[in-house]
Amino acid sequence: MIIQALAFYLFSTVLIAAAVMVISARNPVHSVLFLILAFFNAAGLFVLMGAEFLAMILVVVYVGAVAVLFLFVVMMLDIDFSALRQGFLRYAPIGGLVGIVLLVELMWMATVWAVAPGASEVGVARMPAAAQIPNTQALGLVLYTRYVYVFQAAGLVLLVAMIGAIVLTLRQREGVRRQDIARQISRPRERSVELVKMPPRAGV
Amino acid sequence: MVVALSHYLTVAAILFTLGIFGIFLNRKNVIVILMSVELMLLAVNINLVAFSVQLGDLVGQVFALLVLTVAAAEAAIGLAILVVYFRNRGTIAVDDINLMKG
Repeated sequence: MIIQALAFYLFSTVLIAAAVMVISARNPVHSVLFLILAFFNAAGLFVLMGAEFLAMILVVVYVGAVAVLFLFVVMMLDIDFSALRQGFLRYAPIGGLVGIVLLVELMWMATVWAVAPGASEVGVARMPAAAQIPNTQALGLVLYTRYVYVFQAAGLVLLVAMIGAIVLTLRQREGVRRQDIARQISRPRERSVELVKMPPRAGV
Repeated sequence: MVVALSHYLTVAAILFTLGIFGIFLNRKNVIVILMSVELMLLAVNINLVAFSVQLGDLVGQVFALLVLTVAAAEAAIGLAILVVYFRNRGTIAVDDINLMKG
């Protein structure tokens, strides 16, 4: 009991501190590394809630793919980041104002809401007890039956994103000699070998 | 759930606000703006999973999975656009993006 509360406070404190560092770090590489730390702590929160599958997916997808993609782009592009930081604090007051208003509203909502009576009985996909079916299996039983079309649509979104990213970044450079195997092997004999009649003792 | 639901909601609210604040703070740097959007989506995911566990309904986790998918696609497309933009213009400052066909 107390261990779980301690773990919650540890994970959430580190998560929020890492998020603060993400938006305020001077070097974007540090921002990405703090983003990875934030994702790991969010995965810890998910494990604490009993959503192990989503926690592992968070680590695999976010840390393994998205954060590494960010790191790759930050390091590949040769950007003068100090020029981008000019006017860093100019928008801080208005941003802080918007943030505080939003935070007050969200906290207000998070503390005063109440569940409608009988709402927990009408759930679409009841969560089985953790002792019977593990979280991953229970999620699969719902995802591949009731939400299979939504699952396919998610796969389609990923496919479109992949094709879009390739189409956007692919470029044909001019002046690069590429090997064209079809052209090589379809060359007729007459165009590649030439027999020259040489008179004897005449030299070339 | 041992820790009360409102604790998770509070953490998610703070995280979401930090994401919005990050967009205001780094108005010129598209990479940090994209990272702030990722933070906001993470906060949404925490909310979805917390409610899913609290109400004993697995649909919240299904939707969190879909949000994760969309976030990954959005990061891939956003960074691809960023790379193309940098290749054409040599900078990624947001102020210059209001010029079309520049």
